[in-house]
Amino acid sequence: MRTYIIKRLIQSIGVCLVISMISFFLLFLNTDPALLLLPPEAEVKDIELFKKQMGLDRPLLVQYGDFLRKAVFHGDFGQSFVAKVPALQVIAERLPATIKLAVAVMIFVNLVAIPVGMISAIRRYSLLDNVSTFFALVGQAMPLYWFGIMLIIVFGVWLRWLPISGSDSLAHLVLPAVTLGSWILPVNMRLIRSGMLEVLNQDYIRTARAKGLTERKVLIKHAFRNAAIPLITVLGMQIGLLLGGAVVTETVFAWPGMGRLAVDSIRMGDYPVVQAVVVIFAFFVILCNLVADILAALIDPRIRLE
Amino acid sequence: MMFRRNSQNLSLDSPPPASLGRALRKVWNLRMGTIGALVILGLIATAILCPVLAPHHPYKQDITKRLKPPSWMEGGLSQHFLGTDHLGRDLLSRIMYGTRISLTVGISAVLLQVLIGVGLGLLAGFYGGKVDSVISFFVNCMMGFPFILLAMSLIAVLGPSLQNIIVALGVTGWPVFTRVTRVETLRLRDREFVLAAISLAFGAPRILIRHILPNLLPSILVLGTVEVARAIIQESLLSFLGLGIQPPTPSWGVMLAEGRNYMLMQWWLATFPGFAIFLSALGINLLGDALRDLIDPHLRKS
Repeated sequence: MRTYIIKRLIQSIGVCLVISMISFFLLFLNTDPALLLLPPEAEVKDIELFKKQMGLDRPLLVQYGDFLRKAVFHGDFGQSFVAKVPALQVIAERLPATIKLAVAVMIFVNLVAIPVGMISAIRRYSLLDNVSTFFALVGQAMPLYWFGIMLIIVFGVWLRWLPISGSDSLAHLVLPAVTLGSWILPVNMRLIRSGMLEVLNQDYIRTARAKGLTERKVLIKHAFRNAAIPLITVLGMQIGLLLGGAVVTETVFAWPGMGRLAVDSIRMGDYPVVQAVVVIFAFFVILCNLVADILAALIDPRIRLE
Repeated sequence: MMFRRNSQNLSLDSPPPASLGRALRKVWNLRMGTIGALVILGLIATAILCPVLAPHHPYKQDITKRLKPPSWMEGGLSQHFLGTDHLGRDLLSRIMYGTRISLTVGISAVLLQVLIGVGLGLLAGFYGGKVDSVISFFVNCMMGFPFILLAMSLIAVLGPSLQNIIVALGVTGWPVFTRVTRVETLRLRDREFVLAAISLAFGAPRILIRHILPNLLPSILVLGTVEVARAIIQESLLSFLGLGIQPPTPSWGVMLAEGRNYMLMQWWLATFPGFAIFLSALGINLLGDALRDLIDPHLRKS
């Protein structure tokens, strides 16, 4: 188990490094940062001086090392060009909103996916199963942001049940959470269903039934717990998807989170913030994958041995 | 109670008994593939024939007829079936021209993904060892990178144009193909026909392309079909965020972004372009599912 964790840990650090490198060099691919930071009428002599002061005349790899050291040890990604405060501070202000949204989505998705997936497996080809299959198919083809806009038009504009933008109350959370949740809901539903179908054929389920356990106990304690193992891995991977989806959802609903910040920063060329968002997003994704993999390995020894 | 439990047990051990629901689903699956194929044929036909089919020119503005509702609603004009946008352009014509952009981007981006992804997957699966570790590591990196951020940053760097969108979607989307190709190549590498080719001292390119690749084509085709749908959705998303196709070009994503400004009153402007994206993606997915069931039944489980 320990070697497995260490192996995954080293892998994850490597991935983090590569991603930080990509996000660093993207800035240099684009433009000369000195030209970006200085007013357009700056003279060549001043530009050279500025470069020297900022260390922009050093080799790229040295500059990358510097960027990495500052980012890792001081959390310093440089100043936001737009807000004129440290990039990390800009992000810290937006982070809570995104976490709130992600938690709401996870609660919504699991509350729907687990029961529906289980019932679909137990009552295979029933009305509920067919309906959920249909929705899974439709959900796959639905552009997330269009679904969000349709929800706004129906529930916000026509029915006036729910607010359509902002983040002041719990009611504001409903439409963004349903929109973003609908993206991963079908996958989880299908996963629970197929996991349950596979497990229900196992000998230990027959044993459990033969022992005279109630059907409820058999299904929840014996079947679901085993069927849920793939769900853990997938949920870990979906955090990354959710963050990506948050970029879209937050833009549609004017939700003041990191996703919208990313879009705005890219549009305005606020590269320190873009770099910081990318690195922090990637860090979260990798961390969640790692935790999910370790959890799955703890629960299911077969995974470790592979 | 005993009996009920028993009968349930039976139904789970043996294949489920024929029931109306199950029969319905079988028919449904078959029909859906046909419908998917028809939708795609319709899309291609529209893309080719839109100068003939479209009732108006997609750029023709008429400010006196701006924001008109669809023809069946009150205030709608009979010559503008789906209504007009904020510049008085015909919505239906613009949606029809939009198929050209969506199909071009979708198909080209996936071809690029296949080229990169399948190539790397073949190498990783065939050579194994260090080659495999390096390639798998890069796949992991790409998977750890939120796709949308990478694509957006790339377009910010390269500048928004049709070509750059294809490049951005291509270089961010290939890892799925590498994963599938790698696993299948690994599976084939020790099969007799490959060993025979190796013992005949055929070169690696010949073995990979002539002997292994043909066996992978069905899986690549199935995955590629579904990926076209994804690429179409992603192009529209980038355009929607202002980092893709630029107005006034009639891309569905651009139209959705413009329509969004009017969603409080003129709901049709955001609804119909989005529905076009949805319908195309659905059609392609349906065909993809049907192809998978036809060609490669053991993919069904994943």
